[in-house]
Amino acid sequence: MTVTDETQTREAPELEIGRARFRKEDERLITGRSRFTDNMQLPGMLHLAMVRSPFAHATITSIDTDAAKAAPGVIAVVTGEDIKDIQGVNANAWPITTDQVTPTHLPVVIDHVACAGEIVAVIAARTEAQARDAIELVDVDYEELPAVLDSKEALKDEVLAHPDLGTNKSAFWQLDSAAQGSGGDVEEAIAKARTDGVVIEREFRQQRLIPAFMEPRSTVVDPTGDQLTVWSATQVPHILRFLIAATTGLPESKLRVVAPDVGGGFGGKLQTTPEEFATIAVARRLGKPCKYTETRSESLLSGHHGRDQWQKLTLSAEKDGTVTGLKVELIADLGAYVAVIGGGIPVLGAWMFNAIYKFPAYQFNCQTVLTNKAWVDAYRGAGRPEATFGIERMMDELAAEVGVDPLEIREQNWITHEEFPFTTVAGMTYDSGNYEAATAKAKELFGYDALRAEQARRRADKDPVQLGIGVSTFTEMCGLAPSRILGSLNYGAGGWEHASIRMLPTGKVEVITGSSAHGQGHHTAWSQIVADRLGVAFEDVEVLHGDTAIAPKGMDTYGSRSLVVGGEAVVRAADKVIEKAKVIAAHLLEASADDLEFSGGRFGVKGTDRGLAIGEVALATFAAHNLPDGVEPSLDSDATYDPVNFSFPHGTHLCAMEVDTETGATSMRSYACVDDVGVIVNPLLVEGQIHGGLVQGISQALWEGAEYDENGTLVTGSFVDYTLPTAADTISFVTDTTVSPSTTNTLGTKGVGEAGTIAATPAVVNAIIDALRPLGIHDIQMPCTPERVWQAIQSASTPPEGEREAAPHFDERAPNQDPPGGSITEGGAQ
Amino acid sequence: MIPASFDYLAPATAAEALAALAEHGDDAKVLAGGQSLLPILRMRLNAPEVVIDLGKIPELQGISEDGDHLVIGAMTTYAAVLASEAVSTHAALLSKAVATVADPQIRHRGTVGGALVHADPAGDVGAPVLALGAELVIAGSDGTTRTVTAEDFFEDLFTTAVGEDELLTQIRIPKHTGWGAHYEKFVRVSHQWSIVAIAATVRVEDGAIAEARVGLTNMGATPLRVAGVEAALVGQPPTDEAVRAAVASIADDTNPPSDLNGDSGYRKHLATVLARRAVLAAAGA
Repeated sequence: MTVTDETQTREAPELEIGRARFRKEDERLITGRSRFTDNMQLPGMLHLAMVRSPFAHATITSIDTDAAKAAPGVIAVVTGEDIKDIQGVNANAWPITTDQVTPTHLPVVIDHVACAGEIVAVIAARTEAQARDAIELVDVDYEELPAVLDSKEALKDEVLAHPDLGTNKSAFWQLDSAAQGSGGDVEEAIAKARTDGVVIEREFRQQRLIPAFMEPRSTVVDPTGDQLTVWSATQVPHILRFLIAATTGLPESKLRVVAPDVGGGFGGKLQTTPEEFATIAVARRLGKPCKYTETRSESLLSGHHGRDQWQKLTLSAEKDGTVTGLKVELIADLGAYVAVIGGGIPVLGAWMFNAIYKFPAYQFNCQTVLTNKAWVDAYRGAGRPEATFGIERMMDELAAEVGVDPLEIREQNWITHEEFPFTTVAGMTYDSGNYEAATAKAKELFGYDALRAEQARRRADKDPVQLGIGVSTFTEMCGLAPSRILGSLNYGAGGWEHASIRMLPTGKVEVITGSSAHGQGHHTAWSQIVADRLGVAFEDVEVLHGDTAIAPKGMDTYGSRSLVVGGEAVVRAADKVIEKAKVIAAHLLEASADDLEFSGGRFGVKGTDRGLAIGEVALATFAAHNLPDGVEPSLDSDATYDPVNFSFPHGTHLCAMEVDTETGATSMRSYACVDDVGVIVNPLLVEGQIHGGLVQGISQALWEGAEYDENGTLVTGSFVDYTLPTAADTISFVTDTTVSPSTTNTLGTKGVGEAGTIAATPAVVNAIIDALRPLGIHDIQMPCTPERVWQAIQSASTPPEGEREAAPHFDERAPNQDPPGGSITEGGAQ
Repeated sequence: MIPASFDYLAPATAAEALAALAEHGDDAKVLAGGQSLLPILRMRLNAPEVVIDLGKIPELQGISEDGDHLVIGAMTTYAAVLASEAVSTHAALLSKAVATVADPQIRHRGTVGGALVHADPAGDVGAPVLALGAELVIAGSDGTTRTVTAEDFFEDLFTTAVGEDELLTQIRIPKHTGWGAHYEKFVRVSHQWSIVAIAATVRVEDGAIAEARVGLTNMGATPLRVAGVEAALVGQPPTDEAVRAAVASIADDTNPPSDLNGDSGYRKHLATVLARRAVLAAAGA
């Protein structure tokens, strides 16, 4: 071991944090050298196919599997009865109230089907083709039951989704600012505004969406003796492992769960699925490796859906537009079962509806309800897009009512940058932010004043194509989540994250993270963080994750938590490595640890040119020939970080839409956004997350919606009818950032995974409404299809001169609230 | 997803294909690009015993000129039609329509003949072929060949004049050299089937429309041609007002579907707006 004698003029290496590094993952992914679950081929592996119920609600009276069992290549046909003792349940991990009504969700149903697509039997065959060929040979007798499909109908409890439960009402959850002491009484505020202020009442529909990730879900299970390895296309290998153990009785120590390369999730793979549990049960029963990969149609039908709320909102304000209260009444359709965090998703909105505004009084009410449709759970944004849509639509309505620019009404009511940290009426403490700066920048990039002038011109000219400008000044909460808060909400787990750093003798570094990337770019970002922290090369850092045998502790990836919580765990593990290395370096340098300073990857003795690189310390530690007494020969370190608060990114999104009043067609003219996501580790990753997020948010506004017919059959069961956009349907977005470092973690990061999706939807709808408001239109249900827009124009009546622009009362019978099409059961020719 | 098991035949000539059709009858399905058939097979909406792939028959591919006609082999891909200068010169309407079909991948696989015989009323080649007064050449397994007009070709939803033991071999399109053309397609996302589309081609002479051909996509069980509107356009100047009046009745005798993209009445409204735009664009106005 030699002591280096580098000169004092040695240049500090360029910092990795802030560099637009290309993704380390991409070469493998775009050259087809990746390994997704469906790529797994194990010796002797059987292939599974699922027999699914075509009925939304039925009793199963008999299942005849004889013909299927006799089919070529079929090894077994397994029913729910066959595996009732081992299949476990798809558990709800977040009962939002102690008296929540939670139907038991069996992976393979036994005698009751609660939504179309439920698994009734599983076929195991030598090939996938043979398994699928046998599906139609399974003869299932169903006794059809009346299905309840509409959440408002369901609340009447006339038709029950689960007759044995006696009600469709799952839980009622309330946050009241007066009751919890974080604000005033909302009813008083509304009553006062009715006499001398402004009251805006609206009912908005958050349509049901389908996550539609790129890679369909797939599971491979390999039983070896009493051990079980599960590969699955999941966002949550650690949660999956825990819930398999908790509900099947398999010892957790015998279970290894691997999420290999996973092709997107958007919340849709934040689940423990009937398909995973059925594959595990059949593999155990047969003692053979089994694989199940869903088709796209199965994915749309039986993967969990997102959103699906009615939002009844009452906003009170002074005559000048200063807000005084907000009352939120939600009906959240959970579908047939309460998914792993399904009941909690709408409740996350409780802390978000008040958004960036200083409401003195606030009340949030959420009634969750069961129906005979696919179960509902997290979808990108998870509760926050719904809330953001509601409040940002309301602020535009308030601006119209008061007669001021929508940006003005926001500025009048938002938290100013001097007021941070700010405790809101919902009880959250916002860490940092600067709404003024983001808005000013966005206005400039967008050319706000010029577009407003063009809008006025087109209105005056009665142009058949009108221009509208939509505003969304959103915030969100990222970094799920402080465990104490989760505990107070009755959530079934903590919100910490874990990281380990292994210093290899050659100076290379392995980072093990409990986050489970599925497209986000963790390899790249974590490498940048560790490169800076330990002063090693970006290329010398390897990131390992997604395998419970390699990364045994973790809480996985969702809720824009990975960087904020998982990244902080990495930082803390790195700091522990430095602390350990410092002791050994001091010994080798024959100096006091107090005299060492660590900079640029090197321990230097203050005031001298003597020092040791951390890689040299790693090699010396590996050799262990010359360590201080009592010091163990390892620099490897772990950290488990439990956040003390959420982080609160924000941004100003501005959207210009052109609306063809002759056809109802809408097209995006321009979109500019300035996001403040705290300190940026990699601007390229941030840009990618924003762009993809925007398209998903815009898509909710314009294109996507899961529709069922009156029998409970999913009408949008393929990508022909579930209209996802492609690059050809979008425009080039103008994106930029401001930086208000988070005060709740070392790096100052805030999270960016969902920002675009949360912000974009109301910006688009506000723009469409803004284009049409002079016609007396104040709402169009999403997706804002050309037909809905055109129908709204046809049924609009221009308000008489002098009347306020925004109608003040609930208008449930507005014609634009009807479902699209004359009859969705005809299906047309397509 | 995996289709049910079938035998795959790839004949090298049209005669071999017709012989195979004669042998297997309605147990067979013809694969002519596969952009509709393969999804149908994969979703197991149909399970033929034999699939006869026409993709390896050179004589069914290609574009040529025969006097005052363009001749397009039934197995010519959309992409080949789009790249053809002969088509853009003599049947610009077809070029414009084909340019809107789905996405580049599908345009490189899907064929004009395959789409015509599939006869989805929301498909984009039926209306232009109808409007251009094309003739369809149909070969029988008995060695005979017959020619039907486009009017007679489209019989009903997914039903054409091509019999079970017959193949569409050629599309013969009278040259419309010098005609302006436009295909006005209305969709929500670009890769979608037409919600409604209007195929219009016009010849303008001395500042007025001298001849007009107008076809409708997805306004009924088959592609439609609207002779009344065509007649009303003749002699009109290509102005917003004149064309608006001439196309006002375009949806009168139509029976479009209702689905998630719009009900029947909305489609009728769209047809009148899109027809005006299509004709004006075709006339270069």
